[in-house]
Amino acid sequence: MKVVTGQRPRMHRVLFDLPATMIIGGIILFASFVLAFFPSLFAPYDPNAFDYGALLHAPTLAHPFGTDNYGRDMLSRVIHAYTIDMQIAVFATIVPVIVGTLIGAVVGYAGGLTEAFFGRVVDAIITFPFLVLVIAIVSVLGPGLINMYIAVGIIDWVFYGRLTAAEIKVQKRLDYADAGRVMGYRPSRVVFRHLLPNAMTPALVYWMTDMALAILLGSSLGYLGLGAQPPAAEWGVLIADGKNFMTTAWWISIFPGLAIVITGLGFSLFGDGLAEFLRTRR
Amino acid sequence: MSDDGSLISVRQVSKHFDAGQSILSRLAGEPRAAVHALNGIDLDITRGETLGVVGESGCGKSTLARCLVRLHDPDEGTILFENRDIGHLKGGARRAFNRRVQMIFQDPYSSLNPRLTVRRMLSEALTVHRMRPRGEIDGRIAELLDLVRLPSDAAERYPHEFSGGQRQRIGIARALALEPDVLVADELVSALDVSVQAQVINLLLTLQEELSLTVVFVAHDLRLVRHISHRVAVMYLGRIVEIAPTEALFSTPRHPYSKALLDAAPDLDPAKRTRVAAARGELPSPLDIPPGCPFNTRCPYAFDRCFTERPTLDPRAPGHRAACHLTEFAGGLPEQSNEAVAERQKEENRA
Repeated sequence: MKVVTGQRPRMHRVLFDLPATMIIGGIILFASFVLAFFPSLFAPYDPNAFDYGALLHAPTLAHPFGTDNYGRDMLSRVIHAYTIDMQIAVFATIVPVIVGTLIGAVVGYAGGLTEAFFGRVVDAIITFPFLVLVIAIVSVLGPGLINMYIAVGIIDWVFYGRLTAAEIKVQKRLDYADAGRVMGYRPSRVVFRHLLPNAMTPALVYWMTDMALAILLGSSLGYLGLGAQPPAAEWGVLIADGKNFMTTAWWISIFPGLAIVITGLGFSLFGDGLAEFLRTRR
Repeated sequence: MSDDGSLISVRQVSKHFDAGQSILSRLAGEPRAAVHALNGIDLDITRGETLGVVGESGCGKSTLARCLVRLHDPDEGTILFENRDIGHLKGGARRAFNRRVQMIFQDPYSSLNPRLTVRRMLSEALTVHRMRPRGEIDGRIAELLDLVRLPSDAAERYPHEFSGGQRQRIGIARALALEPDVLVADELVSALDVSVQAQVINLLLTLQEELSLTVVFVAHDLRLVRHISHRVAVMYLGRIVEIAPTEALFSTPRHPYSKALLDAAPDLDPAKRTRVAAARGELPSPLDIPPGCPFNTRCPYAFDRCFTERPTLDPRAPGHRAACHLTEFAGGLPEQSNEAVAERQKEENRA
């Protein structure tokens, strides 16, 4: 418990207090989003321009990440892939986060039959391996990013729903929930204004991990030809492109792979720090 | 007791909570086990009084408090507020009832939303109930903080920046924001240090006088209850076993359980200390309440009638009622020397 002093903490104090993991993750994510929004500013070449004079070039100063079998500059392709992959991270997860959290809040507060029904729905969905179910849905809807978002949306909300419902069940037993009821507040106010802000942390932290998972999923589907379609630069597609040259031109697959790892690391570190930062002070 | 003059009337209120039951015993047709938290409570609370409710943990006093503010609905019986049954209130009517009957909670750490500043907490209460026009809310918040002796800059802080005693005062301010008639205080200070308890209790006393509040003070500390209450109700296993004006109860208890509670309270004077336990044994499980008088398993005076017939809460003196066969005619409890009790305990230890 802090000693009560007259002054509120200032902004630079707040920044200083942020967990180190959150700052490092934040820097990685900030850089990733800058690359995603303005790839042309950083890419030295047109990502789709063929150069038959420089096929399968190993990394040099002119092509730091080498070139692929059409002579396309890999650095430019990896940078342009940020646009699609960061878009996948956000778009694939944003609807599940919102819908799942709201449904979880209502279910957790209502309890009883509602919760039993919700539990069975969750069971039915998580019985299938995530990737298999997404592939099944995408094959019905047809390949492409939009259909991938729909497929992820159908499944992914249950994870947020489950996390939030469990946390709401903890929160609703605390006295401040009862206090809200005794104050005569409507259930909707108690759930969404009082309980949910205290119950959202696990879902928010999972969201960070989930965005990294979405990039992996997008890459997997891209690799399998079900997600982003060539010649679009997407990390999974790039890795798939390079798989035939793995023994002779390792750089085609390695650098997109590294980009996935670093971005995933950024999300994980940021999520880790966020959990620490949002920890409820009592 | 007549209905006139009492602000809240509790009539034959019972509340039980289902205990878990295995599928096997359910198939065998065994009755569902239930914790009987309240068993036919009758109680009248007069406007402006402070009623203390005491008893061991598990006696149902918190359940009673929660029924009074409608956090629980009784399974049987009715609770009347100004002669209107509160059990059927819905929506706006219920909100209006809760505006007038407020509660302060036991745990200062979980009773305040950790993500709201004091200002947002209070202004929400004031806005939802339209207690003040928008422009006067800030002024009213300052008034409320002043009322509970908190500095005005407390408004911008979060609960974790306050001590336990300060948090309880924020809880009081939140309840008072609605200008209630009745405050139900459930173990208001039992989570606080003794040095802070007095502050909070005295604040409650002052506020009660200033705002002519009716207070239901649920506690297990008899000294606190004696200090603050006009009347005291003693609860045992979901029943009121004795109810009397405070001094009458403390000077001449008419129920062995009340006497046991008084004797058990440690005396600050070492000369008066005894090692003799006033009530024997443990509280019976509320899942399985003994027949006859519920206190018969622990009562030092129990005789045959206590094991077959349940005593009713009957008048003993003006405003003084007790549920005990022993004091039905005689009035007081027989004096029992400490030696006799000690002797009896020795026998029990041998057995």
